Amino acid sequence: MIRLEKRKEPSKFWRIANPFLAVALTMLAGGIMFAMLGKDPLVAIRLIFFDPIFSETFGSYSRPQLLIKSAPLILIAVGLAIGFKANIWNIGAEGQYIIGALFGAGVALAFFPQPGWYIFPLMVLAGAFGGFLWAMIPAILKTRFNTNEILVSLLLVYVAEKILAAMALGLMRNPDIPGFPGSRDLRRYEAAHNAELFAGTGIHWGVVAALIAVIFAYAMMKRHMLGYHVQLAGQAPRAARFGGISPTRLVVICLGISGALAGLAGMFEVSGPGGQVRIEFASGYGFTAIIVAFLGRLNPVGIVLAGLLLGLTYIGGELSQMMLQLPSSAIQVFQGMLLFFLLALDFQTHYRLRLTRGVRT
Amino acid sequence: MRKPLLCLEGLTKAYPGVLANDDVSFEIGEGQVHALLGENGAGKSTLVKMIYGLVKPDKGQMTLRGQSYAPGQPSEARLKGVAMVFQHFSLFDALDVAENVALGMENPPAMRDLARRIREVSEEYGLPLDPSRLVGDLSAGERQRVEIVRCLLQDPKLLIMDEPTSVLTPQEVEVLFKTLRQLSAEGTAILYISHKLDEIRALCDEATILRGGRKVATCDPREKTARELAELMVGQVLTPPEREERPMGDVVLQVENLSLASNNPFGTSLKDISFSLRAGEVLGIAGVAGNGQDELLLMLSGELLAPSAQVQLKGQSIGHLGPNARRTLGLVAAPEERLGHAAAPDMSLTENALLSGAERKGLTRFGFIDWRATGEFARDIIARFDVRTPGPHVLARALSGGNLQKFVIGREIELNPDVIIVNQPTWGVDAAAAAFIRQALLDLANKGAAVLVISQDLDELLEVADSFAALNEGRLTPVRSAKGLSVDEIGLMMGGAHDMHPAHEGAA
Repeated sequence: MIRLEKRKEPSKFWRIANPFLAVALTMLAGGIMFAMLGKDPLVAIRLIFFDPIFSETFGSYSRPQLLIKSAPLILIAVGLAIGFKANIWNIGAEGQYIIGALFGAGVALAFFPQPGWYIFPLMVLAGAFGGFLWAMIPAILKTRFNTNEILVSLLLVYVAEKILAAMALGLMRNPDIPGFPGSRDLRRYEAAHNAELFAGTGIHWGVVAALIAVIFAYAMMKRHMLGYHVQLAGQAPRAARFGGISPTRLVVICLGISGALAGLAGMFEVSGPGGQVRIEFASGYGFTAIIVAFLGRLNPVGIVLAGLLLGLTYIGGELSQMMLQLPSSAIQVFQGMLLFFLLALDFQTHYRLRLTRGVRT
Repeated sequence: MRKPLLCLEGLTKAYPGVLANDDVSFEIGEGQVHALLGENGAGKSTLVKMIYGLVKPDKGQMTLRGQSYAPGQPSEARLKGVAMVFQHFSLFDALDVAENVALGMENPPAMRDLARRIREVSEEYGLPLDPSRLVGDLSAGERQRVEIVRCLLQDPKLLIMDEPTSVLTPQEVEVLFKTLRQLSAEGTAILYISHKLDEIRALCDEATILRGGRKVATCDPREKTARELAELMVGQVLTPPEREERPMGDVVLQVENLSLASNNPFGTSLKDISFSLRAGEVLGIAGVAGNGQDELLLMLSGELLAPSAQVQLKGQSIGHLGPNARRTLGLVAAPEERLGHAAAPDMSLTENALLSGAERKGLTRFGFIDWRATGEFARDIIARFDVRTPGPHVLARALSGGNLQKFVIGREIELNPDVIIVNQPTWGVDAAAAAFIRQALLDLANKGAAVLVISQDLDELLEVADSFAALNEGRLTPVRSAKGLSVDEIGLMMGGAHDMHPAHEGAA
């Protein structure tokens, strides 16, 4: 008979080892899945995890892509992780990402075609503000009416997608090309273009912002009262009240930070790699960032590593789609498996399995 | 000499890292009221769990009426006539009394018969109980009756009672004791677990004292003083706290006509509370659990906000201020629940020192934490309050109850407050640590601080308090001097009015 025993203290070893184990198990289960699809599993795994960086044929194109894909993931995940530590579950970063992009693009389109150094900084502020605003809806509903922020933030993603479609087809549509959905290409509007800062590296302002966010989050969690309060509220809500922390304030701060960072990510995307407001602009970064946050153990440094890994699966996914004709949903299944295995493995951080003989003790 | 009912021989039970019971042997006679006495962690619970079939001994054996007795589970123990009333009740609020009783029986009779039996048994033993009432509406004393009646219906030979009086007023205790004496006279043996020495001396024929998992003595408790029993239990000589005659200063804390709804749907609202507290005064507030103690502490600590002017600290209205603002002004608090409220279980002692120390100790600058100073502060507390731990890096939950309580109380005292509010300062704490904590609170009062102690332990209150009041259903009695106060008077103040008298109450 198998019995579960709660550990006295969570195992430090498994906390660190589980992400690696989860990646290995995902490769294994993914390989089986690819084999069932009739593809050579080894080739598929190599295409996803190694070729984007090491292949001579694709490397020069996909290496810069790595930072382009990872930066939004890291930027969003850092914000989410702060909330998750306080047990405040923002699941709707995707929606805040979209609204941030719309606010940023809106500023750009309003100024078009004027030049001006101040336009891009204004877009940055607008993007962060848009994400913040969208996150304030679940925050206020939670603090005023005690609604569940998981549901509200998630459902608002679908509202944001509808707004995105409406904008792409209506208000923000490019008036110069009638009959086509989508806004002007911001990459062709110099004052608003989030261009590559160093040629061939993929580094744009979003990458810089992600790096800054990681450093700030790290300092805040380790050294600042706010980080202490976040952890306290997550671990012992009653002790947090005793410590003078207002739960309302914390909900607003955590949702606000994660919303603003997601909005920033959306703004950097729409003004750079994405280029324009399109119906299919949202590519699931907001959801994948949840996986990144957990895989990175809610730790800013861990999130950088996890963000790079998940960024890799995006590029590798495209590559394997191209080379092996794998369905595009296969890579989403792959990412989902990663979270699934991680959460399953995390069980053993808190419990241990005991095999017992005989009937009952 | 009575005929032995249950003999324990060499019972031993080890858990990883701790020997809970080590070679414990004693006998319980038929109809005897036998006390099991010991501090927290002395091994009382493990021992009774073995008798009740919840835990299997590693070594040793038991015989019940001369036959080998090794229950594999509680139902087996019940079948053989061993019943137990737990300290924490296992009752469902949403079910009525008869349904709750039926749930605990192996073969419950038809509901109507059961209700009749419950009424019979409860009348026979002076424990009035209406089988059709919802358990959720009952007082703690009445809930305990449900548990007792449930046991009595099984006609037990041995009734185990784990700390039964911790939820009762003195008058309710009297009712309970009458019932237990009657049971004993009819031949039912009772194993009575407690650390309240006076009760044991009043009730029990024999006492077995455990310390550190071992039996240290079996004696007749009526032939020993409470002091002697305590010293056997603790294994050292205890000194009662010293009180200096001290002049009272000005009023520092004043609460006026305050009514406040609880933030907890199952809590007790405060109703028209008024009192004042002088510098150097120790005010003791008694009451049975759940009569508004938690709410009173939260209201004073600032976790529950009140109308501004109705709470005054040194003449300043503070009702609207949160915990940190009140700390800055000199009012600190130590809640009852150590793990989870006064301290975060999974944080280190250093991090927990920051919890309430940040303001008064100046441990932050522009919101950035000075971890070195915080660590120093934690080390100070550990050293000055004799907290037994390897160091400030240890997680709060790794400490024993007494040590963590010393840390928590010590942390607040180290903040050098003008007013300190403590709730159940020595609950679940071993006797030596309890004496230490009480002394520390008195020392603080001697230095001129005002101290408010909320406690369910009357002995503790009589030991430390200058003045005295009681909470009952959210109301506070007028404050009176603690000098010359008798336990009976206290009982009346505690409002003991939860239908105390063994009479019929609205039962049809």
